[in-house]
This record gives sequence, structure tokens and C-alpha cells, in this order.
Amino acid sequence: MSAFDHTLEAPQGASLSRDMLCSVPEALLRRQHRYDLVFRNVTRMFAFLVLATLVAILFSLLIGSWPAIRAFGPGFLTSHEWNPVTEKFGALVPIYGTLVTSFIALLIGIPVSFGIAVFLTELSPPWLRRPVGTAIELLAAIPSIIYGMWGLFIFAPIFADYIQPWLISYFGPIWIIGPLFKGVPQGIGMLTAGLILAIMVIPFIASVMRDVFEVVPAMLKESAYAVGATTWEVVWNVVLPYTKIGVVGGILLGLGRALGETMAVTFVIGNAHRVGTSLFSPGNSIASALANEFTEAVGDLYASALIELGLILFLITFIVLALSKILLYQLAKGEGTLT
Amino acid sequence: MNTSALYRRRRVVNVVNLGISMLAVLFGLFWLVWILWTLFALGFHALSLNMFIHTTPPPGSNGGLANAIFGSFLMSSLGTLIGTPIGILAGTYVAEYGRRGWLGPATRFINDILLSAPSIVIGLFVYAVYVANVNHFSGWAGTFALALLVIPVVLKTTENMLRLVPDTMREAAAALGAPQWVVVSSVTLRAARAGIITGVLLAVARISGETAPLLFTALNNQFWSMNMDAPMANLPVVIFQFAMSPYQDWQTLAWGGALLITLSVLTLNIVARVLFRQKSTLA
Repeated sequence: MSAFDHTLEAPQGASLSRDMLCSVPEALLRRQHRYDLVFRNVTRMFAFLVLATLVAILFSLLIGSWPAIRAFGPGFLTSHEWNPVTEKFGALVPIYGTLVTSFIALLIGIPVSFGIAVFLTELSPPWLRRPVGTAIELLAAIPSIIYGMWGLFIFAPIFADYIQPWLISYFGPIWIIGPLFKGVPQGIGMLTAGLILAIMVIPFIASVMRDVFEVVPAMLKESAYAVGATTWEVVWNVVLPYTKIGVVGGILLGLGRALGETMAVTFVIGNAHRVGTSLFSPGNSIASALANEFTEAVGDLYASALIELGLILFLITFIVLALSKILLYQLAKGEGTLT
Repeated sequence: MNTSALYRRRRVVNVVNLGISMLAVLFGLFWLVWILWTLFALGFHALSLNMFIHTTPPPGSNGGLANAIFGSFLMSSLGTLIGTPIGILAGTYVAEYGRRGWLGPATRFINDILLSAPSIVIGLFVYAVYVANVNHFSGWAGTFALALLVIPVVLKTTENMLRLVPDTMREAAAALGAPQWVVVSSVTLRAARAGIITGVLLAVARISGETAPLLFTALNNQFWSMNMDAPMANLPVVIFQFAMSPYQDWQTLAWGGALLITLSVLTLNIVARVLFRQKSTLA
């Protein structure tokens, strides 16, 4: 880069050497310099456009939700009422649904993703690595509406007939967590939504985990093997501590995806505006409330309340994803100093 | 004795945990196979010539998805055409000019967030700034929403691919007297071309299955329409509407459309990967 800085910043000083070369006309050089400036500023403008998009999104959502913010104030976050007829709106139910389903997704997704990453980096024979890795990544490529259809028409009936009764009889009587597994096995509800979200976030978390596991210096692992550690002990006591920042970053990335997932959740969550203690009860998430109600929202306040939901969703995912990126950048920075 | 018990315990823990790790892989693959199998079982018999030449029917009569396929194709292509140059130019800035200063790193950071931001919020944004102002849903609105989803994917891959180009190539070109814009446009961008094409393909794959941003922008249209300024039919929203309906023939069409979308998206993904692998073995 420094070669360019020189020609860009000190064209006058370079004229002596130009005369010595004496084959390049001054006008040509000046023209190329102008092209350079144009090219640089055009690309800069588009980079700026990306930043402006973010600001524009925040600003437009804020303007759109202003009537609702003025009407309900901070009470919007804590009210569980959602009544389009009386125009009373509160965000508690969709926020609760969003957080619970994402939490279930992480609870299942983290250990599975960890297992997949361990298999891909430590256990798999080299010829199997690419096909298995690609197959897992294809899970992320399947459109979310397909997960929704499959979840509603194929998975939910099987879930209601075989798995939910088993969960009710097995976990129902247990103290504290029992009430979570009570109710009618309908197939759809928060637990189903969480499970499908888990399948959808596995490829994201697993691929970050695999990538960060691969940066662990071979020397560290070999040293551990040399003092007699088993493969599992190497993974648990060497690889994981070395990469823990990146692993948390990957988990947060998965969380960000789960929070904003729309279509798959819309199909299976049941779309009921109430908070049920049971995970089998239908609920609502921010994204599915938007998908279901926004085009039918009559009245400015109704639409505005939905836009405020969108704003809340954007802010939550923004914070989660920003944290995730900061952690992953830190790991990437540390790479150079630790190895 | 004690040490051998410890030894045995460590070995058992090792085998059990590694076994669980393999089960996790099977767990992941299980869903992939199940979903694909479902799509073929329920969607394959709906795939017929009729699906491609007839428009979406009213309930109870025969029809196809021609208008939805066309609408999806049109909006995805235009969205890609708008989003790709923006993504490539912004990615070029971040990789080539943005190594110092604040704009490069800031763009990279924000772009990483936009890449994973909920797509329904993008739909809401386009609704608020465009649809609400012109007062009708339209194909253009859908196109803009899709373009906004293309930009982060293309920007990210462009930047990553340009970073893989060794600095010695830039220096060699500069030493031959090439101005920087020539270095960037005909040396580094050209060297990164295969990778950038991969990124564009992945972006197309992503937007062709997106439903959420089209719900409040393109909406839907039951009839054949080529008017970009009117609501436009598109596969994902039609699938959503038909799948949720109580009519058997609509649901069959929805499964056919679902199979079609998934096959195209997975094909695009695999083609993109193969392209990139060839590139990385060459480099």
C-alpha cells in the first residue's frame, strides 16, 4: 500500500524522477491521477451507502413507530395486552415468545453444533470432512418457509402423537420444570418452534465453531497428546479454552439468527397472544406477529405498534450480533499474538 | 490399581463423548434427509408441465404457478442486478482502500450485522420508506427489498476474496506503472473473480427462498402480471398462502413449488461451492 500512498500524496515531488523517465507525458499522469480519485471516491460512496442503510432502517422504524411510542410509552414493553379492537397494544407476549423459542433453540443447538464441530475437526477422516461439512451447511440453505411447511404438516403431527405424550408423562411430574410440560399435545406451540429453530441455527453455530477450532495451533494439541491426553481431553481442555471467545461469538451469531427467524416460526408457533407457562401452549414471536398481522393491520396505531415490534426486534438482534462480531474479531486479532 | 481405574475412566469418557459427537452429526443429517425426502414424496407428483404454463388457480380448479415463478425470477434477477454492483464496489473499498481510517472497518462491522439481520425488518423498512409513500404494493418494492439482502452477501465475499489476493500482485502491477484504479479493476478484482461469482450465486440462492421481506412489499397477485409497479406474484408468498389454505389442490401446488424452490436453491449452493473449490485448488 505504501507505494500508492507515495504517488497519491506527493505527485509534485515525484516530477523529478518523472523527467528522468521522460517517456510519460505530464497530462497522461494527471488524467490517471484523476481516474484514481474518481474510482476511490465512487467505491467510498458505496461503502458509505451501506452505513447509511443501517441509519435509514433505524430512522424509518423509529418514525413509523412514533405514534405507538407516544401512545404507550415504556409500558409497551411490559404490557401483555394485544387488542386491535380497543387499540391497546403491548409487546410482552411476542417478546416472551421470541426469547423462549430462541432459548430452546440454543439449548438444543449448542451441544449438537459442538459435537458436529468436534467431529469435523478431530474425528472425521479427511475424505469425509467435505461431504459432511457441506451437508450440514446445506441445512442453512433450505429456505425458512420449507422448514415451516415441513414443521406444520409433517413434524408437528408426529411430535404430538409420539414425543409430547412421552414428555408429559416423563417430565410432567418433576418439581419446578413440570408445568413446562403440561397441557394438550397439539403438535404446534413454543417447543415445536424452538426445536425447528434449533435445526436452523445448528449450521451457523457449527460452522463458526469448526472455523475457530481449526485455528488452534497444532503444536498445542500435539503437546497435549504427547503427555497422554485422550482426544476428548484435548478438545475439552485445550481446544475449547483456546477458542472460547470465538465459540461464544458463534453462539451469539446463532442466537441472532434465531431471534429474527420468521416463516418457520410463523407456521408452527400457533399465533396466540398469550403467555402460557407450558411450552406446549401456542404463543407468538415478534417476527411471526409481523408476518401474520402487518398486511391486515387496519388503523394507524395498530400498524405503528407492529412497526415498534419490528424496531424492538432490530435493536435486540443488533446488540446480539454486534457482541458476536466483537468477540469474533477479538479472536482473529489474538490469533497473531498467541501463535 | 487406582491409576488403572482412572485410566479406564478417562478412556470410557473419551469413547462416550466422541460417540455423542458422532451422534450429533447424524442428528444434523437426519433432518436434512427427512426434509428432502418429504419434499420429494409430496411435491414430486405436482411437478408437471402444467405447473410452468398455467397461472395460480382459484380453489377447486386446475392451474399452475407460472405467474409466481415468473415474478420470483424477475424480482430476484433485478434485485441481484441492483445489489451486486453496490456490493462489489463497497467491498472493493473496504478491502483495497479501507485498511486505514474509520470507514472501512465500520462498513465491515455494520455489513456483518446486516448480513444476519432479520429479513422481515428489511421488508418493514422498504414498506415504510417506499410502499407507504406510493400507497400500493409493487414488484419494485419487492425488488428493492431483495437487493438490500444481496448487498451484504456480495460485499462480504468480495472483501474476503480481495484479501486473499497477495500484495505482491498489487506491487508488481504498481511497479509496472499501473495507477491504482487499474491495479484494482484489472488485477485484483480479476484475480478474485471466481470467488466473487460464488458470492453472487450464494446471494441469489438466499433471496430466491426469502418470503418475509416480500410479504409487505411485493405482496401477491393471482394473475399473470408483468407490471413491476403493481403487486406481483412470487413463489414464496404463494407457497405460504397455498400451504396455509384448507384446499387440497392448493396444498399440492404449494408442495410442488416448495420442491422447485429447494431444488434450485440447493443446486445454486452446490454449484457455487464447486466453482469456489476449483478456484481455491488453482490458487
